[in-house]
Amino acid sequence: MAEKSEYRGNIHQRQKQLMLDWYARLEQAAEGGEPKTCSLMVSGNCVELLEAFGIVPIYPEVNALQLAIRHQSLDPILAAEEMGYAADNCAYVKADIGCLLKGITPTGTRLPEKPTLVLCNFVGCNTYLKWFEHVAKFTGAPLYVIDVPFLRTAEPSKEDVAYVVKQLQELVALLEKLTGRKFDPDRFRHAVECSARSEELWSRIKHLAKVTPSPFDAYFDAITLMGPLYVYRATQEGVDFFAQALAELEAKRFAGEGIYERERFRLVMEGPPPYPYFRTFRDMFAKWQATAVASTYSTVGGLWEFGFRHDPAQPFESVAMHMIAQNVTNRNMLQRYDQMQRYMEEWKADGVIIHFVKSCRLFSAGQGDMRDYFSKQLGVPTLYIESDLEDPRYFAEAQTRNRIDAFFEALEHSKAHPRAKAEPKKGAQLCVLPQA
Amino acid sequence: MLDLEIERTFDRYRDLLEDLSFPAVRRWKEANPGRKAVGFFPVYAPVEILHAAGMLPVGLAGAGDRLDIQHADARFGSFICSIIKTTLEMGMTGHLEPFEGLLFSSICDSARNLAFVMKRNFPQKYIDFLHLPHNPSSPASVEFLAAEYRRLIGELTTIGGDFNDDKLRASIALFNRQRELVRRLYALRAASPHLLRAWECYVVVRAGNVMPVEEHIALLEQVAASAPRRGAKKRDSLRVVVEGAFCEQPPLEVIRLIEEAGCDIVEDDFALAPRWFTEDVPSAGDPVLALAEAYVNRSVYSSVRHDFRKPRWLGLAEKTKVSRADAVIFLMAKFCEPAYFDYVPFKQQVELMGLPHLALEYEEKLFTFERLRTEVETFVESLVFD
Repeated sequence: MAEKSEYRGNIHQRQKQLMLDWYARLEQAAEGGEPKTCSLMVSGNCVELLEAFGIVPIYPEVNALQLAIRHQSLDPILAAEEMGYAADNCAYVKADIGCLLKGITPTGTRLPEKPTLVLCNFVGCNTYLKWFEHVAKFTGAPLYVIDVPFLRTAEPSKEDVAYVVKQLQELVALLEKLTGRKFDPDRFRHAVECSARSEELWSRIKHLAKVTPSPFDAYFDAITLMGPLYVYRATQEGVDFFAQALAELEAKRFAGEGIYERERFRLVMEGPPPYPYFRTFRDMFAKWQATAVASTYSTVGGLWEFGFRHDPAQPFESVAMHMIAQNVTNRNMLQRYDQMQRYMEEWKADGVIIHFVKSCRLFSAGQGDMRDYFSKQLGVPTLYIESDLEDPRYFAEAQTRNRIDAFFEALEHSKAHPRAKAEPKKGAQLCVLPQA
Repeated sequence: MLDLEIERTFDRYRDLLEDLSFPAVRRWKEANPGRKAVGFFPVYAPVEILHAAGMLPVGLAGAGDRLDIQHADARFGSFICSIIKTTLEMGMTGHLEPFEGLLFSSICDSARNLAFVMKRNFPQKYIDFLHLPHNPSSPASVEFLAAEYRRLIGELTTIGGDFNDDKLRASIALFNRQRELVRRLYALRAASPHLLRAWECYVVVRAGNVMPVEEHIALLEQVAASAPRRGAKKRDSLRVVVEGAFCEQPPLEVIRLIEEAGCDIVEDDFALAPRWFTEDVPSAGDPVLALAEAYVNRSVYSSVRHDFRKPRWLGLAEKTKVSRADAVIFLMAKFCEPAYFDYVPFKQQVELMGLPHLALEYEEKLFTFERLRTEVETFVESLVFD
């Protein structure tokens, strides 16, 4: 019998309320032009700078995933395909454009038809450049692109940081023009300070998953907490939310409570989830009492568990640093392998699940090589499955279930009959993440 | 006699492009012992810098239908374009052995990830990723790119490159000459498509990716001098712009069948590297800065370069006007997301201009062409008998 795993604590209710409040503010903007709004992407977002102007962020990805999780994504995807988008284009984009065309919103509340600014904070994902260009074209809103140099070396160069800082300053001038408000450096510093505090709390939550049993699932539950992380991080509300979340999860830890009566497997999850089948997918792991103790997807917004914090003493530089080096999407494949390897070791996981999503080549192109590295070079049990994060047509339920069951059967067997653990091969350390 | 000779030239360079053993690269290395060849993945690379460092820049273009994929499918899986896999396969089967280095740039997510998968699988090679700026509206982008080029120069020096500014100025002048000749061939083709067919122009231009620039200039000069004197007859064809095949290249047969079906391809975005700049790169002053400035301000529009000062669809509009095109054919590689995305605003622009258009999809390893041929023929007939 499938075990249901969903944890429904106060934080989930609070999270839901915060997200509804956010949609309510966007509806207010849609009706009266205030507050000002700005579309931007989740990964490496610079919400602190928007907060300094009192601008409310719109995250098209959050809208897209909310649609998918509510089983409403196919209609807008088909509408976008009718206008010429290809079957193999990112379905997040298609769902978003389809919603624009058909006036659909995930919660039924209105969204601003024309944001004050469409801000493409391009971090690693080339698709964003096209997506936001199209959104600007279709809505008539002004567009600004922050070109964030990809992290192609171990650390960003001073030129990389200077380039992003200069663009952030150009953005400030543009926002002054678009909002008619003068930039307030104190308000910016305060936002950065709030972010640093939210990040500290979030990082401590992530580290709670190091204990056995883990008091929460660092993939499925982390996703619930990620909405406030992007929308509210730079505000006191965000700080309060994460303080509450940490307190609640720490209480669970002190009580020795895990997600299941017995935590049988500890996993590292790679890749975004299949939102159209989110619950079904989660239950496939619940059946085996398997907990994700770490996930790369939950670091799309930031890699805070490894020590990085925004710094009110250097607000522009730390925002730039976050965009360049401290979110998973702007880091290279090998740095991602390294991140996962650290999760395996420090979070004491039994295996890696790689979820290839058709829409997202940023995450998925080359994941076969990742599987090769983990299974062959490191000797880590690894499962590779394919579906999509937005398009329900690409989820093969029976096949996915069979593969997951087979993986856990083999993992159970190998845990019961442990072989001498293979030493990682020479040269397995690829790059170095900052120490926590 | 002249016609026969020039046709033989085209056949020879078609063979060169199809030869996965890079014969011209090997010859250059034999003649220049100790010097290094660096392959670059499409679409653009600052070849002048590689050349000035004493290296041979070579444009990679996958393996077409000439290599069975044995290993790369397991690394890149479904929904990923063919050139990613054939390039990795070339590495895994020893075909990239002539190259001491490989360069990638910020064109798309798959190519970017390939750079780092390559880095893990071929640790003995110098493999680098260049971040080419996507915000040319920022005055800081030129300075940033110049710093990126200086970083590249530093890396090349580490692996044995010998670089100075004077050498770079000389290389810039040489590649300016190459691009000027390429522009001349394109102008000839647009004015008199019967004198230089699209596939002929294509093999001669693309050959510049796989041979030393000095030899390529000689070839271009020879073709530019002899093509106008050919005895070919004018045809009554549809003038089309082909758009979308900027990275993975279509089989030559596809270019030929578009022409055979009754089109003159008067403009395209095939193999853009040898004609990346719309005008000369200045060779005076700081040459690294000049090259960076040229990328930001003098590049062709392309689906892999983002310049929000002027949308790409206006670039396409201009191209169709200048080349007096009757129609546009969107020729897109399977799973090429930049081409798929651009198709939507491009199509809207073309419709706004009242131009007919056709969308085709190909893979480099395609070997049956009948469906494509029928589609193009039907398209042409519908316009001619309209």
